[in-house]
Amino acid sequence: MLRNLPKDWLGAGFVVVLGLAILIFVPVYFDLFEVLQMTKYVVLALFVLSLAYIWGFGGILSFGQAGFFGLGGYIFAVSSINMGQTTLPFLIAIGLCVVFAAALGYFMFYGRLNDVYLGVVTLVVTLILYKLINHTAGPEYIIGTARLGGFNGIPSIPIMTLPWQPDQEMEPAQMFQYFMAILIVVYVLLHILIKSKFGRVAISIRENEVRSSLLGYDVRLYKLCIFMIGGAIGGGAGAMWASYQTFVDPNIFSLEWSAKCLIWVIAGGVGTLIGPIIGVIALEYLSFQLGQTDFINNLIVLGTILILVVLLMPKGLFPTFRDIFLKLWRRGGGQGGGQGDGGRLG
Amino acid sequence: MDYSLVVAIELLREVAGLILIATGLAIVFGMMRVINIAHGEFIMLGGYTVVLTTKQGVNIWIAILILAPLVVGIFGVVVERLIIRHLYGRIIDSLLATWGLSLFLIGFITVVFGNTVEGVTTPFAAVAIGQYRVSIYTLFLIFAAMAVIASVYLTLRHTKAGLIARATMQNPDMVETLGINSKLVYMATFGVGAAFAGLAGGLLAPISGVVPSMGALLIGKAFITVVTGGTAVVAGTLAASSILGSISQSVTFMFGPVFGDATLLFVALILLRLLPQGITGRIFTRSV
Repeated sequence: MLRNLPKDWLGAGFVVVLGLAILIFVPVYFDLFEVLQMTKYVVLALFVLSLAYIWGFGGILSFGQAGFFGLGGYIFAVSSINMGQTTLPFLIAIGLCVVFAAALGYFMFYGRLNDVYLGVVTLVVTLILYKLINHTAGPEYIIGTARLGGFNGIPSIPIMTLPWQPDQEMEPAQMFQYFMAILIVVYVLLHILIKSKFGRVAISIRENEVRSSLLGYDVRLYKLCIFMIGGAIGGGAGAMWASYQTFVDPNIFSLEWSAKCLIWVIAGGVGTLIGPIIGVIALEYLSFQLGQTDFINNLIVLGTILILVVLLMPKGLFPTFRDIFLKLWRRGGGQGGGQGDGGRLG
Repeated sequence: MDYSLVVAIELLREVAGLILIATGLAIVFGMMRVINIAHGEFIMLGGYTVVLTTKQGVNIWIAILILAPLVVGIFGVVVERLIIRHLYGRIIDSLLATWGLSLFLIGFITVVFGNTVEGVTTPFAAVAIGQYRVSIYTLFLIFAAMAVIASVYLTLRHTKAGLIARATMQNPDMVETLGINSKLVYMATFGVGAAFAGLAGGLLAPISGVVPSMGALLIGKAFITVVTGGTAVVAGTLAASSILGSISQSVTFMFGPVFGDATLLFVALILLRLLPQGITGRIFTRSV
């Protein structure tokens, strides 16, 4: 195990170095529009990490991560409009999402809900949120000074400020670097968590819940904690999204967002962290490019890609390419006699 | 007295609607454990079939009751051969592949037909009950739903095909050793599920109009009804539709459609929490 330690961290280390390089050099070499686009990808990458973690390393297939995304966005919007600053609302958004995740998780895991049924419950909760918030369009739906706006959404959400400079809104380049830093920190923390004892128990629960339970671990508690972590990351991403767009509307709770999150994780590769990030960037970029041409309908391409990925690359883009790469490397005389990299994380 | 009759009919209509859209999905899920997210789009295809054929002058009843199920059933068989058959036993993968199929179909129909709502006129007039008027089409829908449930039950329980289908569901290997091609059974079952979706689409077309995104609105309700119902096709769908439909329609009457929809979801949530395997996972487990 000790011999493997450097190798396990190799992949993650490479990603972190790449991330830092992107953080430092992108605002220098790319123009404003591209920096703004990439900020969007960073926020969505954080959103997809929340599902990638709880599904890939906890075995919880939640169809409702969009629920936390939306809740984070709305809570951030309401509190920052009321408070005038953005640092505390960011923390409030994350905190309340954790509380909501705790309540929902308690309801689900202590009721022994599993796979499909769990997915349906999370989907249902997100849809309920969608319907309720969609309905709040009148002037009587107001929290403090922030009108909920119903299907109109909440406009004019304050742009985030750096925590140590509360009076100065961030420039686009600063926002990109700040969000990228958050993404890298979360990525590293998740890796540390996965490699810790908690993470290993979580993986064992993913593999075989009954066996883990018989070995004495309280499966429900572990799943609850994992779900809360996923809720925190999703909520944080939602707050960042609300600030980036300066606008949030009920569509953030829709089936479409839940679907997209799932598609990104599947296409990227369940069981890795970097795969879904690659997935979201690739697919969003593809949608963006297709949106510019009138030629092929966006949905047709997305749908075809999803079908092809599931049929041809069931493990996802990243694991499939990684396995091909490793096979070629080994065959080229790299390291002889290696077994499959079962626990290798990306 | 008249008002309560009208209310009862409206409740039944909501339940009937749920039965119609959920039966096809229940057949596919209950018998093959495949979650067909594209079920909503199959319904949409049924609706478009009716709209197109009636525009060409075909009698509306033939369009609804024969053409829509036939066209969508055949399409379902094609889909099964191309996509679904690789995914048996892989619940999550089937969910995602059919999600992809659903996106593809929405995009395709949007490109071909555009995004506007097409309509078909309701072929019946209204009948008066006391001071209220009830469309006869509503009564027809309720009757159609009952016919659908009855036919599924009778087929599964009292015909040889139904027996084979149920046997394949329980133990495909044993069925194969007894000389029946289980792959063919799966293909036929999926086709039948798709045909019921097409029928639902055809029946709903005069009421709601057809638009490419109508499937997306219906799949949520259908999916929730089926999962809440559990694996028994007839008993589960009937139980879940009745409970969810009547409660949500009652709330709609009192508080409006938004709360009605939210209540449907909320009741499903409670049911799933209490009966984690669906209603027929705990009650009526050995029913069809």
